Amino acid sequence: MNEFAHLVSRPSRQIDYQTFDNRLLAYVLRYEPSFLTCMSCGGCTATCSAGKLTDFNIRRIGLMLRRGQTDKLAAEIDKCMFCGKCSLVCPRDVNIRNVVLLIKKESTRLHAENQKV
Amino acid sequence: MNEKLFVIPFVAGMALLFIILIVKGYKWISSLSKIDRLRLINALKSRRILQSAKDIFMECLIHRRIFKKNMVLGYMHMSLAFGWFLLIVVGHLEAFVAEKSLAVPFYLPIFFRFFETGKEFAGSKIFAALMDLLLLFVLSGVVLAWSKRFYKRLFGMRRTTRLQYGDQIAMTALWLIFPLRLLAESATAHQFNNGSFITQTAGSLFFNSNTASTLALPLWAAYSLALGSFFVALPYSRYMHIPTEMLFIIFKNAGIKLKKRTNSFTELAIYSCSRCGICLDNCQLNNAGIKNTQSVYVLKSIRNKNIDDEQLFNCLLCGKCQVDCPVGIDLTSLRITQRIESTLQYNASYAYLENQATTKAGLIYFAGCMTHLTPRIIQSMQHLFELAGEDYWFLDKEKAPCCGRPLMLAGQYDAAAKLIRNNTTQIIASGAKKLVVSCPICYKVFKEDYQLPGVEVLFHAEYILRLMNAGLLKTAPLQKRIIYHDPCELGRGSGMYEIPREVVKNSGQLIRIKNEQEHSLCCGGSLGNLKISQAERNLIRDSAINEYLSYQPEYLVTACPLCKKTFARNRNMVVMDLAELVLEASDEFIKRKKLKGNKVTNIRELETLIQS
Repeated sequence: MNEFAHLVSRPSRQIDYQTFDNRLLAYVLRYEPSFLTCMSCGGCTATCSAGKLTDFNIRRIGLMLRRGQTDKLAAEIDKCMFCGKCSLVCPRDVNIRNVVLLIKKESTRLHAENQKV
Repeated sequence: MNEKLFVIPFVAGMALLFIILIVKGYKWISSLSKIDRLRLINALKSRRILQSAKDIFMECLIHRRIFKKNMVLGYMHMSLAFGWFLLIVVGHLEAFVAEKSLAVPFYLPIFFRFFETGKEFAGSKIFAALMDLLLLFVLSGVVLAWSKRFYKRLFGMRRTTRLQYGDQIAMTALWLIFPLRLLAESATAHQFNNGSFITQTAGSLFFNSNTASTLALPLWAAYSLALGSFFVALPYSRYMHIPTEMLFIIFKNAGIKLKKRTNSFTELAIYSCSRCGICLDNCQLNNAGIKNTQSVYVLKSIRNKNIDDEQLFNCLLCGKCQVDCPVGIDLTSLRITQRIESTLQYNASYAYLENQATTKAGLIYFAGCMTHLTPRIIQSMQHLFELAGEDYWFLDKEKAPCCGRPLMLAGQYDAAAKLIRNNTTQIIASGAKKLVVSCPICYKVFKEDYQLPGVEVLFHAEYILRLMNAGLLKTAPLQKRIIYHDPCELGRGSGMYEIPREVVKNSGQLIRIKNEQEHSLCCGGSLGNLKISQAERNLIRDSAINEYLSYQPEYLVTACPLCKKTFARNRNMVVMDLAELVLEASDEFIKRKKLKGNKVTNIRELETLIQS
C-alpha cells in the first residue's frame, strides 16, 4: 500500500500568512507592476537559454516570489543569464528581465539586512 | 570711503574659484592610476600637447561641433566663449600698453575704463574701438541666449535642459555681466569721453552729465558683483564644464579612457557635461514620453550623487546621444560603468556551466539567443552554409550559454566573464578558423571581449559578402524598394555600415534615407533598457516605422534578429533579415536562369546546371 506516491507524507505546503515575508514581492511590484499580470503560462520557461542547460525554471521563480520563499529564490535566480528571451515571448508583456534584476538587487539587500540582525 | 573697493566681489569670487579649481584639479590628476599618469606625462612632453591646444581652441572657444549641428547655436556659443576670451586678452594688452608695464594689478584690465579716465597712450583710440567691437560681439551672444529661452526652433532645438538652482543662478549672473559692463562703460564714457563707437553712443543715449556721475560707480559695482557671483556659482553649476573640458581634452588626447569602474576620469567626464541639451532631441525615449533618463539628466544625477536604478537602467543604450555630444563624452560607456557600480553586489557565478562535447569543424555558427526566436534566420544561414559547402558546427543548436553581452548591458561584467570563459574553451577546442554570428549583439562581444587567437569572427553580412565576391553565391537584384535599418549594436556599436549595404545592393534596390548610419534609429527593442514597458517600446518602434513608411519601401531589411522581431510586431511592413533577403535574391537568380524546378543543393550543382 505504501508504494503509492499520494500516500507518502510530505512537508506541509501551506503558506503561513503570519510569517509570510512579502518584502521582496512588494519591492518587485512597486517597480515592475507588470508582474501582476503574469498568468504563469510558462512560455518564458520554454524558451529560456539557462533552462536548457540546467533545471532553472523562470516560471517557478514567479511562484516562489509570490510565496515569499526569498532564500530559495536568491540561490535560484543566479542561474539566469539575462538574455531577455523570456521578456520577448511573454504574452502578457511582463518585463521579466527587470523582475530578475529587481529580485537580485533586493534579495542581496535583504540578505545583508538579515545578516546584521 | 575708497571707491576702488567696488572690485572686492570680483577679486573674492575669482580667488574662491581658483582655490576650488586647484583643489579639484589636483584631486583628479593625483587619483589617476599609475599608467594613466604616465600617459599624461608622455602626452604633455610630446607633440600631442599641440593637438590638445588646437582641440581646446576649436572646441572650447570656437565650438566647432556645435557649429556643425546648427549655425545659430554655434554662433551663440562662440560669441560668448571666444568673444569673452578676446575681451580678456585684448583688455590685458590694452592695460599693459597703457601702463607700459607687465606688472598691472590683475583686476585693472577688467575695470580698465573706470581706472584709466581720459589718459592718452599709443593706440588708445584703436584699443577702445576694438574693445567696443568685442563687447558688441559678446552682447550679440547674450541676446541670442535670451531669445533661445523663447524660441528654441531658431537654434535647431526642440528641447532644452531643465536647469537646477545652481545653474539658474550662474546663468542669470552670466546674462547680467555684459549688459552691466556696457552700462558702466557708457556712464564713464559720458563723463570722461574715453569710450568708442558703442559706449560713447550708448552713454549719450542713456545718461546726462548728472546721472552719469551718480550712476557710474553703482553700475561698476553691479558689474563686479555679477562677475563675482558667476565665479562663486560656477563650480556648483553646469558652467564648471568651462575649466573641466580643457582638462578633459588633454586627458582624452593622452589616451586615457573610461574604465570598467568609476575613477577620476569618469568624474572629469561628468563635470565636462555642459548640459547643453543637444542629446535630448536625439533620444528616442521622447517618443515614449520618457523625459528624465536622457544622458544629460543621468550625468546630472551622478554629479549630484542621487542616481537610482530607475533612471540609470531606463536607456536603450543605442548611442545616438553621443554622436552629437559637443564635448565628445562616451556617454554609453559612462552609463555602463555606472551600471557596473550599481550591480557589483550580485554577479552570478554560473557554477552549473560545464564543458560540453565539442565537434571538430572548420567553421562555427553561433546563432545566439535572439536568433533562436527568429527561426527563419537560422534556416537561411544553414541554407547558405550548405550552398557554400561549408563544414560547419552549429554551436548553440541545442543548448549553449548566452554570449554574455546582455549581462554586460545590465552591468554584470563579472558574471559575463564566466560565460565568456566557457564559450571560449568550446570554440578553441573545436579547432575552427572562422566563427560566424548572425546577431550583432553577439558580434560585438565576440569581437571585443573574447580572446580567440586564430579564429576569425565574422558577422553574417561579412560572410555573405565574401561568398558573393568569391562567386559562391549568385544573386539577381529583386525589383523591390528596400530600406536597410542599421542595428545599434552593429552600426554605432561596431562601426559596420557599408558591408550590409553592399549585400542589400546586390539583392535589391537600396533607398537612402535621412536618418541612417550614425544617425540611424533604434527599433526600441534594445536589451540595454531594463525598465521600459512593452507599451513604451511599441511607441518607439511605431515612430521609427512611420518614418520608414514615408519612403514607401517594400521591404525593411535589418541585420539583427532583435530588430526584426521588434519590427515584425508592427503589421504595416515586411521585415526580413539580410540572410533571408539574400536567399530570396538567389532564388530570383535561379528563376531568371530558367532553372526553376531543378533541385539545387550546392553551388557546384548550380554551376553545372548553368553551364548545361
